[in-house]
Amino acid sequence: MGRYVLRRLLQLIPVFIGTTFIIYALVWAIPQDPFAGKCGQRPCPEAYISAMSDKFNFDDPLPLQYLKYMGNVITGDFGDTFSGISVGEQISTAYPTTVKLAIVALLIEALIGITAGVLTGLRKQGFLDNLVLVSTLFLISLPVFVTGFVLRLYLGPQGLDLFDVGVDATDPTFAQLILPGFVLGSTSMAYVARLTRSSIAENRHADYVRTAIAKGQPTRRVVGVHLLRNSLIPVITFLGTDLGSLMGGAIVTEGVFNINGIGGLIFRGIQEKEGITVTGVVTMLVLVYLLMSLIVDLLYAVLDPRIRYE
Amino acid sequence: MSDPGASGAGLERAAASAVGDLSHVDDSSQKQGKPRSLWSDAWGELRRKPTFIISLVIIFIVVVMAAFPSLFTSVDPRAANLDNYLKTPSADAWFGYDVQGYDVYARAIYGARASLLVGLFSTLLTVLIGSVVGIFASYAKSWVDSLLSRFGDIFAGVPFVLGAIVILTTFNSPTENPSAVRIITQVVLSIAVLSWPVSMRIMRSATLVAKQQDYVKAARGLGASPLRIVFRHLLPNTVAPVLVYATIALGAFIGAEATLAFLGIGLRPPVVSWGVMISESRDYFQAAPHMLLFPAGFVTITVLAFVILGDAVRDALDPKSR
Repeated sequence: MGRYVLRRLLQLIPVFIGTTFIIYALVWAIPQDPFAGKCGQRPCPEAYISAMSDKFNFDDPLPLQYLKYMGNVITGDFGDTFSGISVGEQISTAYPTTVKLAIVALLIEALIGITAGVLTGLRKQGFLDNLVLVSTLFLISLPVFVTGFVLRLYLGPQGLDLFDVGVDATDPTFAQLILPGFVLGSTSMAYVARLTRSSIAENRHADYVRTAIAKGQPTRRVVGVHLLRNSLIPVITFLGTDLGSLMGGAIVTEGVFNINGIGGLIFRGIQEKEGITVTGVVTMLVLVYLLMSLIVDLLYAVLDPRIRYE
Repeated sequence: MSDPGASGAGLERAAASAVGDLSHVDDSSQKQGKPRSLWSDAWGELRRKPTFIISLVIIFIVVVMAAFPSLFTSVDPRAANLDNYLKTPSADAWFGYDVQGYDVYARAIYGARASLLVGLFSTLLTVLIGSVVGIFASYAKSWVDSLLSRFGDIFAGVPFVLGAIVILTTFNSPTENPSAVRIITQVVLSIAVLSWPVSMRIMRSATLVAKQQDYVKAARGLGASPLRIVFRHLLPNTVAPVLVYATIALGAFIGAEATLAFLGIGLRPPVVSWGVMISESRDYFQAAPHMLLFPAGFVTITVLAFVILGDAVRDALDPKSR
């Protein structure tokens, strides 16, 4: 196991480099002129161009630019934007908000999704099954921003006034993030419910479940220990990798609810062509995503003894 | 049945169902009289399912709508009349008019084509790439497997919306107005490039489990070639989870098309699609909810049909669920 963890950690490095390099190349190399539109209608002054080229290493070949950038990032220096704002500071103010939002979304989707999935997987074709099936279909087919706008309008202050949607700019409370978190996690919640349902329904007739029932285990234990542990493996994979996509997908939800997270940061970064903000934020997101997938892989071995790492 | 693995599975199934469900015993004795493959077995079951028929009918209607929109409406979806600004549904225009005075019904009909094309092509591409790489990875030597898995991780590591934003803004600056074909191709490719690792992982883990089963070992022991094992023994047993993913993904991709349009980087006018319509309604939907509700309803019903279809097919293909 120890060797496996070490090997897996070493494997993370090329993936990290690959992903960040692709983003770096997309942001910096493919647009021909990084100065296009930077100085209004007229071309940028020579002094500005040479100063900025120096700062962002535009004169070096792309791999070298990338290496220099990553070298700085490893020491914790995310660089400054064209206008001299520290990207590290931007990230450290926006990041905690998005992490909070994503965690709230993950908790909500896991709680509701797994509960719904287990209940319907055990008892197919009932009223509850149809209800869950229809509502998951509904959630899957509705784009997140539609769910967001509709829920904000009808559950926010203008409607039933159930939720406080005036999210604090700097430090939102968990209560304020419940509605945005629900919206952010709504699509994944449906996936979790369906995954759990099909997985439970498949394993329900497995031999080990029959054996457990035959030897007189109480239903609670059969479902909670035997069935759930084996059925949740695909669900855990999904939830683990979903945290990364939730943080990236928060861009839409943050827009709908006016939350000051990394979504807005990236969007402004792209519109104002501050490539360094985009690469900085993406690097952090990729890191979160990779660590989560590592944890998921390790959980595999714990949850399913049939899977062995040698 | 010439296939040793399949008949073995059939026996096992008959034995298992004999314990729980007596009606299946009749089924299996019929089967011995006239041997059928897994797929024709599934088809026999599907034909009797009302949900399967209903979803097929809905999909058929949507496909006809996409192919021949003029069968459903004679109104030009691009004929704007500002006198009709935000008029609510009436006998003249069933779905009302939008902010430009376009007929919402006509646009919803004509919007089917672009939305369906994006969903269909992205799903096909995603599943095709993912399945091929997934099967190959689980079957290859371990270093090839980890190389391919890490290669998939590179693309899966980019969060979806974020990756699509970066790709689409890189290849189209916001001021540009790319042609319809070009933007549809770009949206499809960005979705597929960012999503294939998901279907690859599903296929890979399903194959890894199926590979350890006795019928695969038996087939290998009888000297079946790897290709035969993959197509005759592994695929029928691993295709179900991928199929479930594909149906859900088709819905998600039609939604993704709408999300990208909403952010102003996906399909955009003059292309008519449900996503474009939903994104046009975002600033007006408090005043004119019909602008949002009708295209959203079309999206929902189409996706619903695909997911129900996938569910029915999965139940029919998976002997364990019977």
